[in-house]
Amino acid sequence: MTNSIQDIAEESQCIFIIGSNTTENHPVIGTKIRRAKRHRGAKLIVADPRRIDIADYADLHLRHKPGTDIALLNGLMHVILRENWQDDDFIRERTENFEDVKAIVEKYTPEVASEITGVPAEDIVLAATMMAENRPGALLYAMGITQHTTGVANVMSCANLQMMLGNIGVPGSGVNPLRGQNNVQGACDMGGLPNVFPGYQRVTDPAAREKFEKAWGVGLPDYMGLTVTEMMDAAEAGDVRCLYIIGENPMTSEPNLNHTRHSLQKTEFIVLQELFFSETAQFADVIFPAAAFAEKEGSFTNTERRAQRVRKAVNPPGEARLDHEIVIQLAKRMLALGATALDPEAPYADWEYRSIIDVEEEINALTPIYAGVTWERMEAGEALHWPVLGPDHPGTPILHVSKFSRGLGRFAAVDHVPPDELPDDDYPLMLTTGRVIYHWHAGEMTHRAAGLEAMYPEALVEIHPRDAARAGIDADGMMKVASRRGEIIAKAQITDRVEPGLIFTTFHFAESAANFLTNPALDPVAKIPEYKVCAVKVEKA
Amino acid sequence: MSINLTINNKVITAPDGATILEAAQAAGIEIPTLCHHPDLTDVGACRMCVVSVEGARALQTACTTPAGEGMVVNTMSDAAVASRKFTLEMLLTDHPNECMTCEVAGDCELQDLVYDYQVPWPDHNGKRHQWELDPDPNPFIFIDRNKCIVCGRCIRACNEIQNRDIWSFAYRGFETKLVAGADQLMLDAGCESCGACVAYCPVGALQDKMSLGLGRVNQVEKVRTTCSFCGVGCNFDLNVRNDKITKVTSAQDAPVNGMALCVKGRYGYDFVHHPDRLTRPMVRAKWLDPATVAERVKNGEWAVFTEAQQRRASLTHQRASGNGHSASDHRSPAIPQSAILPDTFVQTDWDTALDTVAGKFTQVKKDYGGDAFAVLASAKCTNEENYIFNKFTRQMLATHSIDHCARL
Repeated sequence: MTNSIQDIAEESQCIFIIGSNTTENHPVIGTKIRRAKRHRGAKLIVADPRRIDIADYADLHLRHKPGTDIALLNGLMHVILRENWQDDDFIRERTENFEDVKAIVEKYTPEVASEITGVPAEDIVLAATMMAENRPGALLYAMGITQHTTGVANVMSCANLQMMLGNIGVPGSGVNPLRGQNNVQGACDMGGLPNVFPGYQRVTDPAAREKFEKAWGVGLPDYMGLTVTEMMDAAEAGDVRCLYIIGENPMTSEPNLNHTRHSLQKTEFIVLQELFFSETAQFADVIFPAAAFAEKEGSFTNTERRAQRVRKAVNPPGEARLDHEIVIQLAKRMLALGATALDPEAPYADWEYRSIIDVEEEINALTPIYAGVTWERMEAGEALHWPVLGPDHPGTPILHVSKFSRGLGRFAAVDHVPPDELPDDDYPLMLTTGRVIYHWHAGEMTHRAAGLEAMYPEALVEIHPRDAARAGIDADGMMKVASRRGEIIAKAQITDRVEPGLIFTTFHFAESAANFLTNPALDPVAKIPEYKVCAVKVEKA
Repeated sequence: MSINLTINNKVITAPDGATILEAAQAAGIEIPTLCHHPDLTDVGACRMCVVSVEGARALQTACTTPAGEGMVVNTMSDAAVASRKFTLEMLLTDHPNECMTCEVAGDCELQDLVYDYQVPWPDHNGKRHQWELDPDPNPFIFIDRNKCIVCGRCIRACNEIQNRDIWSFAYRGFETKLVAGADQLMLDAGCESCGACVAYCPVGALQDKMSLGLGRVNQVEKVRTTCSFCGVGCNFDLNVRNDKITKVTSAQDAPVNGMALCVKGRYGYDFVHHPDRLTRPMVRAKWLDPATVAERVKNGEWAVFTEAQQRRASLTHQRASGNGHSASDHRSPAIPQSAILPDTFVQTDWDTALDTVAGKFTQVKKDYGGDAFAVLASAKCTNEENYIFNKFTRQMLATHSIDHCARL
């Protein structure tokens, strides 16, 4: 998020949610948005194909078809420019490339945008008016924007809108992705990505590479690694021989699970570090029992870039061990076997950590944005937003205040491109996927939380009454959903939360996971799969 | 702008618009409250905070009366104290005398006030409510209306914090009843089980069902931590007794969320102690020396993790057998405990498991180089752990092929 949850909740005059089922996936942010709307009178606009809970609180619900976000956003920008509501000072002083966007949104009249998105033209005008009249405004998005073959372009389009309105760098504004997992932000920040070292220092940047080579006392590859989806392909091809999976469950979270299964079967040696015997465990060669959050000392970084302490409350069960201790043990044993020759003079070459605080100090030393996220400050209760450039730096709740990280904010003209797979005669319905409030991701934790499981014990497929009637599917009856890649059987939930032609289900339930159906087509840049759109057919089961 | 007033003979400066209660609290003067909570709108319902104000005809509720310039307040006047005692006595006339067994004893604002004001148990044989205990089948929130003091904090928490408006008072007078929706079951009324009403209840009328009988406030240790579900970063206190989490309680000073939590954060912690947790390292027999496996399994140092155990520990199979869809344990061909096949999982000691992996990784690295490795780090793990995974992948395995489910 460019902004903090608090400044959006307390100061935003118009909150625009697009592609985020906020109530169910970020419930406490949903709570704060409802409060801003009801008790402070902030405007709330929700763009989502489904009538999600937060839409019931909105001044306006734009129910666009999945995969038409750019057309909708370009339509909004068309109206803003037509009415001369753009922030000319901001555009002139803070941005570049505006003319390109101006040229491309020219053709997205409300009528054209309406034709593509299915949103009434007058609602597009109304939404643009509301945004223009109520500034600062914050844009919030989640996987509904990113899990598309046009994911990167969708995000750019969101940024275009906010820059055009001057909604950047002030309280209550910004482009705010809501991150899904408790520490997905921190995992990215700490180099859990194939293209960057900790703190987003690029592996292809010779200076960054040299810095880490000197710190760790070893030569490093000068090319990017594989993304998770590419790993599965490389494993299937036999190029990746060893897969080390820590606290992940690709056998429910990957797209096209039948392909994932094949890849895992082909992998020579799989090491899994887990809490439970997950779906992925069946494919493992070695399983290390790991510790849960309540058994650990450390920190998580939340969606607003804020690092906070995690504290040990109980001991791990049996012989389960802390995740980093397992890895440190492996490193030491590999060194003893001569796997790697390290320069003993390098300051952070060795694996002799006395405690987690030593790890923190290594992070502080090598990761400029975490330089001031010290153990002492976290322990004292400071919940700092990175970048925190030094021990006395106050942190950065709002990004891009007087200038963008890259200097000028770059407008990027993007055009509507349809999803990779659209309904046709053979697969006439569209499937979109997501989560529900009672479960979390692949469900290894929440299915084992008795109350949550009681609340939502089985997979449901939301289907419109018209489509259910056509397929002869009864309320609460079982239905089969098939795509070109696989099929699942699950219970029908007949509801107008979805429009005719669209069905929705989750990937929480391994036995009927949406990802047997989903399309592994990727965004060419971010390599994110198009979980939000694929073509399916349904029948009574 | 600020104003000056006198409270208990002490001259106090308070910001314009402050209530008497706020002015007193800022000056370190305690005024008892029940229906007041600093996060919520004040309604002046419970009459505990009554104070004497010179010139006023009656006692004033400090939580709703604005402090005025030159006002002279006595928080402990005979009239105020007598009024509070009477209010507490009236509350006790319709309150169960159950503090010995009550879940919230030691964490109950009514109990504290009755103690502070030394109110004797009333000699009263009038009408007492006999509401059904736990009348709502939801899995999270236990309702004991007999302990409800009709302060309305739950109603305001739901309205002002959670913004769901589930709770309200129905009926009148003695029949006044805290109800969900139109006197419905909570879930039918649209409750999303965030538990804010429990967190704000000053007594034991609303309690956490999962925690009943597991430990009172003085029997648990509270450990402040960050939630492990979504990315909002809510903080809360894990209540711990005998190395087990008994409850999650919210904390007013949590930086992101304050007292607000969701159903997963407040009630989704029991996975931590689930019997399915993996507790021993395991290696498939094909990576181990067969003679060693046979010997150590025989002498009990190692054990076979049987197919039946795997099925019991696996959600897919638990769910499949629960739903009656496919093969459950008893229908699968029995595999004798002694049969150790190449793919059999053997529960070993840590040294064996770690050496197996370190040996294999070292060999593959020598034969094929770093491109033969890929690592999935975890969005569930801490920053420090992820840093370690990143260093291990790049430094020890010589590849940048590390990713996690950021895109999924």
